[in-house]
Amino acid sequence: MNEVLKVPTMAQYMAEGKQPEVLFWVGCAGSFDDRAKKITKAFAKLLNRCQVDFAVLGTEEGCTGDPAKRAGNEFLFQMQALMNIQVLDGYEVKKIVTTCPHCFNTLKNEYPELGGSYEVMHHTQFLKALLNEGRLKVEGGMFKGKRITYHDPCYLGRANNEYEAPRDLLRKLEVELVEMKRCKSRGLCCGAGGAQMFKEPEKGNKDINIERTEEALETEPTIIAAGCPFCNTMMTDGVKAKEKENDIQVMDVAEMIANAADL
Amino acid sequence: MDYLPNIIFLLILGVGIGYFTKNIRIVIRNIKLGLEVDASDHRKERWNNVIRIALGQSKMVVRPVSGFMHLIVYVGFVIINIEVLEIIIDGIFGTHRIFSFLGGFYGFLIGCFELLAALVFIAVIVFWVRRNVLKLARFWKPEMKGWPKKDADFILYFEMVLMTLFLVMNATDVHFQAMNNGNWVSQFIAVAFEGVSVNSLHQIERTSWWLHIIGILVFLNYLYYSKHLHILLAFPNVYFGRVNPTGQFKNLASVTKEVKLMMDPAADPYAAPPEGAEAPAKFGASDVADLSQIQLLNAYTCTECGRCTSECPANQTGKKLSPRKIMMDTRDRLEEVGKNIDKNGSFQPDGKQLLDDYITREELWACTTCNACVEACPVSIDPLSIIMDMRQYLVMEQSAAPNELNVTMTNIENNAAPWPFNQMDRANWINES
Repeated sequence: MNEVLKVPTMAQYMAEGKQPEVLFWVGCAGSFDDRAKKITKAFAKLLNRCQVDFAVLGTEEGCTGDPAKRAGNEFLFQMQALMNIQVLDGYEVKKIVTTCPHCFNTLKNEYPELGGSYEVMHHTQFLKALLNEGRLKVEGGMFKGKRITYHDPCYLGRANNEYEAPRDLLRKLEVELVEMKRCKSRGLCCGAGGAQMFKEPEKGNKDINIERTEEALETEPTIIAAGCPFCNTMMTDGVKAKEKENDIQVMDVAEMIANAADL
Repeated sequence: MDYLPNIIFLLILGVGIGYFTKNIRIVIRNIKLGLEVDASDHRKERWNNVIRIALGQSKMVVRPVSGFMHLIVYVGFVIINIEVLEIIIDGIFGTHRIFSFLGGFYGFLIGCFELLAALVFIAVIVFWVRRNVLKLARFWKPEMKGWPKKDADFILYFEMVLMTLFLVMNATDVHFQAMNNGNWVSQFIAVAFEGVSVNSLHQIERTSWWLHIIGILVFLNYLYYSKHLHILLAFPNVYFGRVNPTGQFKNLASVTKEVKLMMDPAADPYAAPPEGAEAPAKFGASDVADLSQIQLLNAYTCTECGRCTSECPANQTGKKLSPRKIMMDTRDRLEEVGKNIDKNGSFQPDGKQLLDDYITREELWACTTCNACVEACPVSIDPLSIIMDMRQYLVMEQSAAPNELNVTMTNIENNAAPWPFNQMDRANWINES
């Protein structure tokens, strides 16, 4: 079942004089990171399967500026933001979906004040909506009955109060959802936020992703589900550090749904 | 000479309240050293927060044991203080239990006060045990050494003594015990005083009465020197707390102006600023005066409970960052600046600042901006905003980011991604198998 991926760009749509239903904001990790690219593709396949009329910005997309802002470089953040807003407004974008909670938060919360107001959804929220509209069918398939724990990304959970959409999707997969001790509003960070992804951690007695992975492992899952490419990397590294990579996978919720649908 | 006690009472009351007012004025002046912020938005939501979070203690009970104990002390504090009204009237006019004419209702009120006093006493003991016997980790972090530790214990001792005095006062009040109206708890304490002469009982009752009211006034004045200010400031602090999603960090308007100018093809790059133009604002914060008034109010409100620190991923993994310390340092520095102003009339440079002298760069760079501290605070304090403001100062005023972040930022600037990939390759994933 290897359908050809159909991923048109906004430029192509514009040339045809059309507007897509939604813009898929891929993000830097989703575009360049080998692991995250798989999430991007899985989500694009789902969009294709559900016949969602979408487009990407392709080479016209640039970093939202989130890591620059959290690192303290407001200047660089606003430069990125204003450039992106020009592009988005140029294409008259109204609705955005993204697989990255950091892009999601920045586009949704920090762009409006700078002149860029869009309806922004995280991909788990978008998939949930497709499910509710009957456009997406989710069945347990290979995940049915498996023990799965879900790690809340800070920028989706605490930052934007979305705890249920990803969990609802997992329940649809008929998994045995087990919660970690620290979950939802008290979920522990994976350690990547605030531009930490791009630097070595400060001196301490443990890396944050190890602490979080240990907590996930306590639930004895077969899969650790995530909703963020950076959390995914951190947890994957954690699982490797614990030498459990042969038993436990770290997967994005979208990948799981795509796999279950045999995409 | 009959009026001597009344006069002494008035004098003590005046000094107690007067000195407290003087110090509160200093607190307000110090908070006003911060930058003004417009918080006139979201009025309804703000009042809702005050009702739910401050009055309703909704965030305290996230941790059920300490939350429940705190609820008792909080309710006890508010309700028992109704009794202070009677004490003050009695003190001024030389009456005794002026409200006792209310009869059964009076008994009911006093009974409730007594019950609460006993419960508060027990709760405070539990708090003391948690701190000093069970030694809960969050009470023994490095920033809690010295005065903060003593401060916490003093508050507990104060409350134990005040509750004891209140109950002993009732227990030794012969007239009150004879009425048998509302002595729900004190009747059992009165047993201990059996056989003591009426005269001695009266002496003990009077002594307790005086010590109780003096104790309350001393405690009131102690607040200014203590972390316990939260009993007053929690309410305004929650009102001024966050109403936007916690992920929404503020955008610096001064930067927007500059960036827009930079992106404007019509702007003259060599233009001199117009005459009398305002000097550009400093980016970020290196000292307390660069912080907002709300952030400074946050610092005075912090009661050092450490819930933020115990939820902080950096702190849990042994990094130096402790959100509670950020708040404590901010208050310490603010008070230092305040004393400088008291001494010199206006602030005289003292060669110190919040950055480096109080909060180190290592602490600031350890933050993952995960908002766990903000979520954990029972009174809506936002330590993360101070960390962010100080990072902005480091990066935009001093170019002092850790080197790896400089590389990341250069990448974003040059190729619109934090990694050194070409922007033209951004859509390659579509055709890769």
